[in-house]
Amino acid sequence: MRIFNFFRPTPPPKPESSAHQAKERLQIVMAHERANRESPDYLPMLQQELLAVIAKYVDVDQNKVEVKLDRGNDFSTLEVNIELPPGRPEPLRPRTSPKVAASR
Amino acid sequence: MGQIIVMTSGKGGVGKTTSSAAFATGFALRGHKTVVIDFDVGLRNLDLIMGCERRVVFDFINVINGEAKLNQALIKDKRVDNLYILPTSQTRDKDALTKEGVEAVMEELRKEFEFIVCDSPAGIEKGALMALYFADQAVIVTNPEVSSVRDSDRVLGMLAARSRRAELGLEPVTEHLLLTRYDPNRVERGEMLNVEDVLEILAIPLLGIIPESQAVLRASNIGQPVILDDGSSAGQAYSDAVGRFLGEQIEHRFTKPQKRGLFARLLGRTA
Repeated sequence: MRIFNFFRPTPPPKPESSAHQAKERLQIVMAHERANRESPDYLPMLQQELLAVIAKYVDVDQNKVEVKLDRGNDFSTLEVNIELPPGRPEPLRPRTSPKVAASR
Repeated sequence: MGQIIVMTSGKGGVGKTTSSAAFATGFALRGHKTVVIDFDVGLRNLDLIMGCERRVVFDFINVINGEAKLNQALIKDKRVDNLYILPTSQTRDKDALTKEGVEAVMEELRKEFEFIVCDSPAGIEKGALMALYFADQAVIVTNPEVSSVRDSDRVLGMLAARSRRAELGLEPVTEHLLLTRYDPNRVERGEMLNVEDVLEILAIPLLGIIPESQAVLRASNIGQPVILDDGSSAGQAYSDAVGRFLGEQIEHRFTKPQKRGLFARLLGRTA
């Protein structure tokens, strides 16, 4: 213990220090976890419903769907990449709702 | 067909996740396509150690339950090629790990990856059992400390009796000892079990000795596996251990106290 530091409070970690990075990472990830603690995990359902809508128009291979998430401090981004089958230059009319198609 | 490797210990806090992250990264750095899986359902932490906690969308349990495809849950490491992370669920519990579900995921991973590293939870309950059940090889992570050594012995018993290989009467799981948080200075002063003592008690081959190092906390702070810190003793020791695992002949380092000059001692620096 250095005697001159005895009465000083612990200095906050410098912004570039690894301890500061640790705190920031924890704050971001834990804010999300605490907010979602009571609600069910919605991402699998969101994905299924999105796919169900898209499958009405095109054939989608479940394996060609990529879902990416980046949690940030101010906002998070959800990126859904769906690879469409080749050889369909123009958008299809809905396949499973003939009523909608007929009313066009 | 890929090899399944479990990192296990029985006792908590000995360095299973740190070692899982280091080994998986080490295999990938040497060009082997590797995935590391978090088996600690409900207490997700591998994502933090690997630095991908902000990118978790789906997890191991979603895949087991058929809510997501395996390749949607796998997170590709941004620093190292050939490296993927399969995070676990933070909201469910160990009962979500069914033997059939885990087996299906393992079989799928075996086709695509050379090494599948399973980061076991502490304890000897379902999560730990599922992590070791399908293993071909086991790395027993042990601290030179009485409770850790005893718990390691308990886990060795589980591998010999309750793993898939044991149940089917196949060739037993290959065992390796990884001695972590080793402090040569304290060993020399007779304050810590030495490597020979631990080897005599556990009687399994030594894979590596990881010295106590400040680099480990620094690595976890910034979410980067410590093996990538190649200037640190711990990073180098992990790199050696990975080499030995792959069959290279590498001498053990960091087992003797480092000679510290007067200057270093005055400044109070440690490796």
